[in-house]
Amino acid sequence: MKIHEYQAKELFRADGVPVPPGEVARTADEVYNIARRYGKPVVVKSQVLVGGRGKAGGVKLAKDADEARKHAETILGMDIKGLTVDKVLITQAVKIDTEIYLGVIMDRASQRPVIMASAAGGVEIEEVARENPDAIQRLTVDPLHGLLPFQSRVLASKLHDDFKVIRQIATIIEKLYRTFVRVDASLAEINPLVVTPEGKVLAIDAKINIDDNALYRQPEIESLRDLSAEDPGEVAAREMGLSFVRLKGNVGNIVNGAGLAMATMDLIKTYGGEPANFLDIGGSSNPEKVITAIDIILGDPSVKSIFINIFGGITRCDDVARGLVTAFEKLDIKLPIVVRLTGTNEAEAKEILAKMDLPTADTMDGGVKKAIELAS
Amino acid sequence: MSAFIDKNTRLVVQGITGRDGSFHAKQMMEYGTDLVAGVTPGKGGQKFEGKVPVFDSVHEAVIETAANTSVIYVRAAFAADAICEAADAGVDVIVCITEGVPVIDMAKALPFVREKGCRLIGPNCPGIIAPRDTVKVGILPATIVGPGAVGVVSRSGTLTYEVVFQLTSNGYGQSTCIGIGGDPLIGTNFIDTLEAFESDEDTKAVVLIGEIGGTDEQEAADYIKAKMSKPVVAFIAGQTAPEGKRMGHAGAIVSGAAGTAQEKIEAFEKAKVPVARIPSEITKLLGEAAPGLKV
Repeated sequence: MKIHEYQAKELFRADGVPVPPGEVARTADEVYNIARRYGKPVVVKSQVLVGGRGKAGGVKLAKDADEARKHAETILGMDIKGLTVDKVLITQAVKIDTEIYLGVIMDRASQRPVIMASAAGGVEIEEVARENPDAIQRLTVDPLHGLLPFQSRVLASKLHDDFKVIRQIATIIEKLYRTFVRVDASLAEINPLVVTPEGKVLAIDAKINIDDNALYRQPEIESLRDLSAEDPGEVAAREMGLSFVRLKGNVGNIVNGAGLAMATMDLIKTYGGEPANFLDIGGSSNPEKVITAIDIILGDPSVKSIFINIFGGITRCDDVARGLVTAFEKLDIKLPIVVRLTGTNEAEAKEILAKMDLPTADTMDGGVKKAIELAS
Repeated sequence: MSAFIDKNTRLVVQGITGRDGSFHAKQMMEYGTDLVAGVTPGKGGQKFEGKVPVFDSVHEAVIETAANTSVIYVRAAFAADAICEAADAGVDVIVCITEGVPVIDMAKALPFVREKGCRLIGPNCPGIIAPRDTVKVGILPATIVGPGAVGVVSRSGTLTYEVVFQLTSNGYGQSTCIGIGGDPLIGTNFIDTLEAFESDEDTKAVVLIGEIGGTDEQEAADYIKAKMSKPVVAFIAGQTAPEGKRMGHAGAIVSGAAGTAQEKIEAFEKAKVPVARIPSEITKLLGEAAPGLKV
């Protein structure tokens, strides 16, 4: 799960990471009032769940409240990579001497948290990583011992020359790791961490992604979820325990299991069609899930046919068939639906569907071809 | 022979009285697995299906029944603890079916398991089935497999069923089918499994099913090129998956790559491993790479 910059900053602040004062606003008037109260230059920052906000023109420096209002008028309502900006963060501007990168991720290869740090922080960090990987320091943390104080100190000493600054950075690294563990993050990042000309160290941008598997024990984090920033179909899917991603094609598909769902999408493309979505109904066989899945796909007017591809294991084909029967009763389905059910309780499923006169297929190749044909 | 499980497997089911645990315990017994014990804290003393003893802890189960393999069906919140309990009790192989285990819990459990010298498969995996020995540990449906000489390893669940079903229908039986799990942190990766297949005398060829994310497939490609004598055929799911699942700057920095299907396909092709573009192409490539396996 992704959260906004202002929310990530609150989580960091709670662990003692120094963050410049800031407030969230939804209108240009609110922005003006906040900037006037601060009485100093401010930065107006769009709050959307996507990277590259600065390059898209969604982050602007204002010398006074009037200019802040003008920037807010441009940024609010702006489209950044398909997302509409409906709120901005106004923070007090900070003078920058140097920019540092700090991040913690769960590293698949070492199977441990890895802290990454670079004295070359800022917006070009990905380029730095690609072209000059030696400029990135990496510290692998033993999750059983946690981060030890000397490790933070040694890492910090590679990022600056002034010992007073190094001490502050070391403390921030410890706090960053503390937040990472406390909130069950899969990524916690400060970029940039700035050093001011007076030698103060501050986090002026923040990003945290949360491990979805741990949300059950993080109710406070779950409450930070911004439903307005997500596709309504994806929200409805998640509430039902489905995973759904909307794509641009016209062949809808409903599959059990992520791997088979991806392979089904690939096959649609291979045979000359365009998948309209990724939809995994998961491992259980609740007929309600099938109804919700069809309903979500029907919500997309560009979908012209649906292919249901179920390989029963834990999922029982007869449950899926029952869901399908109910879906036809409850929903106004005008699209052709091609069904391929195989595996656990396949015979029972076929019996249930026999009177429905739906196009069926015995193989996924056959089903995909039929669905593409019916979509065109 | 097969990889990781065989006729000598003595299985304990953790979570045997739960809905999934009891259902699959029965299926495993019916297939031929030697199910010697179950564990559910608080239910010790009961008998499962009137004959398999249930214990309060894995330690008791191992002492009383000499169980050497464990399979876990407990809820996600308790799965990492169940893994550590099995490792501490001294079983050789642990298969964790549970999905949704928090990643930090796995980061802590994995070093513990290794310290105890245990082999962990999963979490979030369908387990292992060995059709030649009629032994299964996990949830792979027994109806789709057949005895033969192909080793199958996959990060996916139902896609594995699809591929195994196509193999069996086309006359390619299997020595062992293993689902290693789709989570970022897992106990057994492709290379571990390829090593096991390389040294298993009943496995003559391997089908590897990968998917987008991470670099496990790229490392497997390097391993195959350097160490494998047996032919391998690969398939990668997610060629049309949109980007955006990656983890910001830090993810790109760590892997040095985005983990796309294209990168993985190129890595295999560089290692001279034929890559099927669609699942139904796998049997054709297998026929070319390992002639004479079809029964």
